Amino acid sequence: MSAVTTPVRVSVPERSWRHDVRAVKVVLQRELIRFWQDRMRIVVALVQPVLFLFVLGSGLASLTRAGSGGFDLRTFMFPGVLAMSVMMPAMFSAGSIVFDREYGFLREMLVAPVSRTSLVVGKCLGGAIVATGQGLLVLALAPAVGISYSVGWVLSAIGLMLVLSFTLTALGVMAAGRIKSFQGFMALVNMIMMPMLFLSGALFPLSGLPTWLSALTHINPLTYAVDAVRRTVFNHVAISEASRSVLVPGMRWGGWQVPILVEVALVAVVGVIFLAVAAAEFRKTD
Amino acid sequence: MSTARTNGRSAVEVRGLVKRYGEIEAVRGIDLDVAPGETFGFLGPNGAGKSTTINMLCTLAHPTAGSATVAGYDVTRQRDDVRRNIGLVFQDPTLDTYLTAEQNLRFHAELYGVPRATLDARLRQVLDMVGLWERRAGRVQTFSGGMRRRLEIARGLLHSPRVLFLDEPTVGLDPQTRASIWGYIGELRKAEDITIFMTTHYMDEAEYCDRIAIMDNGKIIALDTPAALKASVGKDRVQIQTTDDAAAIAALRERFGLDAAVHEGAVTFAVAEGEQFVPRLFAELGVQIRSVSVARPSLDDVFMSYTGATIRDREGGQRPMMPWLAGRIR
Repeated sequence: MSAVTTPVRVSVPERSWRHDVRAVKVVLQRELIRFWQDRMRIVVALVQPVLFLFVLGSGLASLTRAGSGGFDLRTFMFPGVLAMSVMMPAMFSAGSIVFDREYGFLREMLVAPVSRTSLVVGKCLGGAIVATGQGLLVLALAPAVGISYSVGWVLSAIGLMLVLSFTLTALGVMAAGRIKSFQGFMALVNMIMMPMLFLSGALFPLSGLPTWLSALTHINPLTYAVDAVRRTVFNHVAISEASRSVLVPGMRWGGWQVPILVEVALVAVVGVIFLAVAAAEFRKTD
Repeated sequence: MSTARTNGRSAVEVRGLVKRYGEIEAVRGIDLDVAPGETFGFLGPNGAGKSTTINMLCTLAHPTAGSATVAGYDVTRQRDDVRRNIGLVFQDPTLDTYLTAEQNLRFHAELYGVPRATLDARLRQVLDMVGLWERRAGRVQTFSGGMRRRLEIARGLLHSPRVLFLDEPTVGLDPQTRASIWGYIGELRKAEDITIFMTTHYMDEAEYCDRIAIMDNGKIIALDTPAALKASVGKDRVQIQTTDDAAAIAALRERFGLDAAVHEGAVTFAVAEGEQFVPRLFAELGVQIRSVSVARPSLDDVFMSYTGATIRDREGGQRPMMPWLAGRIR
């Protein structure tokens, strides 16, 4: 077939941090290529947030108009739906590890002379970017629910989505490290996602919940992400003080109002812990 | 049985390697040396321990006992060094079928840290070698099984490994594709300064190797060149067409003490120095012979003589298998 020529010999250098950075980048890049190729998935992932926002939101609006002081429920739900919109894509990104294992590609990665941690980091960063990209589509719906854009809140919201997506992807990767079948993985994701979503304040205000429920919302990382997004967005929404105190009370520990930056840091730290656990799992895998 | 080299410069050096999974001892203490530039074949039925051995050599499984070095590096203590210096083609496909051929290779290059200055030239070279340069922009999804396998071989070579491991490189491919894969591997041996370590359970493929280790039940039971292994069997396979097969079989037993049976419509038996035997056969058989053929022993016969079973018997489990000569005469 080919003429026998002198082979171009390449020499693979010893492992270094530079090499690990290349590995992180290429794993991330693959995530982006796969996401872009699968445009159908992008459309499908948009269905659920739109359903929640315009169908559930509009439906419940008539019921709650009295309680919210005339405030549009959909405007209230928007930040929650924004946070929700990154959940599925983040989990899908993580879940591709299960597919990669089944179709053998994971093995190609695991035998490479590169640290497993860099593979996991690349995956989590890739998942974060892809999921945030998905979230941008929902962000585009803001005017439809009466929220006008400003550079400030849009950039903050994107930053928050990145952090949340990273943490969720890391959670998914941690799960994918243990669960070998895609069915098992999806079952677990559903089992985690729904309670996480319902206990986050994404869909209804957390003020005035019974104590046991309130306790659960406080240990849910998603709560802090949703709260941070909502407070950021609502700084730019005209709303009466009375409605604000009911709808956007902000998270409190005891009497202390948790600052937005602390909320973001908390979500990020939880994400790094998930990532560390995931990396440890993959280091053990033969 | 083994050609021990002690200069420590073998491409692969294995000493007393054992792998146990719970109660099961998959590999039970093997020793071998593969010289640089050699094409070394691991032959045996499924479940003989070939893949387990390869996994240990590729740092994918920890040996329970014993030691091994690949390209001069210890497989347990210097895993990254081993990995930098080996190329792998697994039994099961490990491509991302959503990516193009080139994207798969570039992913590999980044993971292995291939210097960017030489990458493009090397990429072209390995794709040319397996005849896929023109198809580099095609998604792997659209590739046939043979093309995928060729792409995996190209990928395994991309970082210029010193040892290339091929675990059943042609399993599941049709005979024509198998032959073409072997053509490419032949090219590769000419073009690259590389040691090839492969496993197969196809007897005919083992003939491409410089030396072969026959593995059965976790042990190496024979190790030599294909020619030497065949010579060690010592018997040729003779087939005769006669006017009365039953009488011929009876006569062979009575006059020559040979066990014969009818396979593929011919009376078939094994005998030492078959060509010299033919004149006696004509003179003394007493049954009319219409045609005769003599075949040198194949590696099937070798496997049979060392293990007392055919490869297919070993794999067959409870299924009744055909007698050892059936369907295996080329």
